[in-house]
Amino acid sequence: MYRSHVMICAGTGCASSGSAKVAEAFAEAIANQGLSDEVNIVKTGCFGLCALGPIVIIHPEGTFYSMVKVDDVPEIVSEHLLKGRPVTRLLYDETVKEDEIAGLHETPFYKKQMRLALRNCGRINPELIDEYIAFDGYQALGKVLTEMTPEETVQLITDSGLRGRGGAGFPTGLKWKFARGYDADQKYVICNADEGDPGAFMDRSVLEGDPHVIIEAMAIAGYATDASKGFIYVRAEYPIAIKRLNIAIEQAKAYGLLGDNIFGSDFSFDITIKLGAGAFVCGEETALMASIEGGRGEPRPRPPFPAERGLFGKPTTINNVETLANVPQIILNGADWFRSIGTEKSKGTKVFALGGKIHNTGLVEVPMGTTLREVVDEIGGGVPGGKKFKAAQTGGPSGGCIPIDLFDVKIDYESLAEAGSMMGSGGLIVMDEDNCMVDIAKFFLGFTVEESCGKCTACRIGTKRLYEVLDKITEGKGEPEDLDILDELCEYISKNSLCQLGMTAPNPVMSTLKFFREEYIAHVVDKVCPAGVCKGLLSYSIIADKCKKCGLCTKVCPADAITGVLGKEPFVINKDACIKCGACVEACKFGAIVRK
Amino acid sequence: MKNTVVVPYTGTPEQENELKEWLIENKDMQGLTMPALQKAQEIFGYLPRAAQTIISEHTGVSLEELYGIATFYSMFRLYPVGDYKISVCMGTACYVKNSQNILDKLEVLLKIKEGETTPDGKFSLESCRCIGACGLAPVIMINEDVYGRLTGDELEGILAKY
Repeated sequence: MYRSHVMICAGTGCASSGSAKVAEAFAEAIANQGLSDEVNIVKTGCFGLCALGPIVIIHPEGTFYSMVKVDDVPEIVSEHLLKGRPVTRLLYDETVKEDEIAGLHETPFYKKQMRLALRNCGRINPELIDEYIAFDGYQALGKVLTEMTPEETVQLITDSGLRGRGGAGFPTGLKWKFARGYDADQKYVICNADEGDPGAFMDRSVLEGDPHVIIEAMAIAGYATDASKGFIYVRAEYPIAIKRLNIAIEQAKAYGLLGDNIFGSDFSFDITIKLGAGAFVCGEETALMASIEGGRGEPRPRPPFPAERGLFGKPTTINNVETLANVPQIILNGADWFRSIGTEKSKGTKVFALGGKIHNTGLVEVPMGTTLREVVDEIGGGVPGGKKFKAAQTGGPSGGCIPIDLFDVKIDYESLAEAGSMMGSGGLIVMDEDNCMVDIAKFFLGFTVEESCGKCTACRIGTKRLYEVLDKITEGKGEPEDLDILDELCEYISKNSLCQLGMTAPNPVMSTLKFFREEYIAHVVDKVCPAGVCKGLLSYSIIADKCKKCGLCTKVCPADAITGVLGKEPFVINKDACIKCGACVEACKFGAIVRK
Repeated sequence: MKNTVVVPYTGTPEQENELKEWLIENKDMQGLTMPALQKAQEIFGYLPRAAQTIISEHTGVSLEELYGIATFYSMFRLYPVGDYKISVCMGTACYVKNSQNILDKLEVLLKIKEGETTPDGKFSLESCRCIGACGLAPVIMINEDVYGRLTGDELEGILAKY
């Protein structure tokens, strides 16, 4: 038994800020103080508050240290672990009260959160199966195999109201029921871990922080649908997740929780990992299956749906990572428990990756029905730098921008769709007044153009044309008629594309056109970019009266576009040579250079 | 490909044998083509024609089809990269925090464009999709090292480390 546990986040966010070195330093300092038998170091999954990484939490007190550096470690060990005095200067400042240290769950970031899918992230060492088992792990699998029929399992999931967390929100129980309804000599379960939305990393955090929950849930889905083989299709860009999944599968096999006759039943199940190779369209289920089969990941028309004819032509159930992460708890706690969380049509919680212009970037999980305002202002801590909130983008390249007028929209499948966006997989990017909405729409279209697989004309050519019009507008060459062309193209693409990628590709344009039309008009009529982003509409000039003739601007100008005589004549920008990089504005100490 | 420099094939017989042995060992795998290309890229660092020919001979999948697969996925490359691969994250979270500015500055510092490799073969520069470190935006990756919360001023110092 250890008296203290030092939990160090080993997720991607904290690992990128150097948590591995911090962990080494802890091991060394703890050994130096002779505490190795008393203090245990646990490398965990994501705590959520990635902005403040590397994060270290010391239990049983629950003390939360943020932005810990290697040099801080000896002090934490000698003061906190040896003498029992927390190092106040390193504490997460929201936990520091006048005369006490508040618990983490009282802080604004965590107070409104409810961690179901992320329940073990940051709590267990994801590389040890025993820690997962200690927190009820594999009990749900044991329960369905020994006490429930497959039909009862499907019914329970149906009753719970669980819907797909990958974006579209299809009822999970129904998906299982369909797959169950087809007879075949072989059926498959696929975990879709091809998290492709730029700015979303929920699935990655579950895979890194709690890989066993996915294995357990896939086995349950296998039992419910009579499938004996599972595939996890995971992005190759997620090395930590892949490593931990491999470890977890080996451990589960060694414990008899994967393989033949699990829990002494007739049920056998195996899981293979398949790596993606960087194609957004492979998040679409028919494209994903084509990719597992080894070819180009191109979607095909549905029906037939995967439940009837899926992977290798066999009935297949495809569930997203976060969806699966909810399954074992639903089995253990019952459908009514799950139904008690959320809104009428959207049950349970949703994980969001908060990013962009927001204080607390990181991972949050909230009950469905929480408002956007609560997530951005209360949990996320609002927009930094005194800037004004402009829009929140959900649903990635398939979603839309939600303006401040709709700040009180409830986060659930229906409400977000009504607001012209979508739940999507869970990216939530906050934008402030410095972001140009036309530029953002162009950014997403650029993504879609590159990721369109090219199979259907509407998407292949339509998105390209859409991008070209947006590019023309941001270059300052747009005409008012271009907005009508955008409207028309959007409608055409969304109605005629083969798969969801194409059908939803115009969403970023449609939602910005709807809510920020005046910004488009400013670009095409007044020829200005109100946010000051679109280079084609900007010009730089030096105010002669303010210029101190120091020549600093000429030194930083990469295009040699600024001329003048040191100490004698004010400097001047040659507008033809200027590449509008803005380096001179940053360099000028006297505010003499203006951008218009 | 933007970089049209013709690179002579420098694969060794050992590398070729490693690929062949892997193909023989895994010949019964379902959906073998993608893992085979991934293995080849792991061995050679990119997908030289010679490697694709070996895969084609072992799997019966035509070179044309392999080329189709290799060019479909963004991770496969038909040309070698520099010793240090600089990836500038262009995910949404980084983009709204002005990662375009970081990419522009790197292009100036390295005197190459996105998708190119420096003439000495040391650095190659590319933009990439979300690397999942959105909390640290904007972010770049140089091989396995991640640098976050960048403003642009530190880039010269970072490059000097390599």
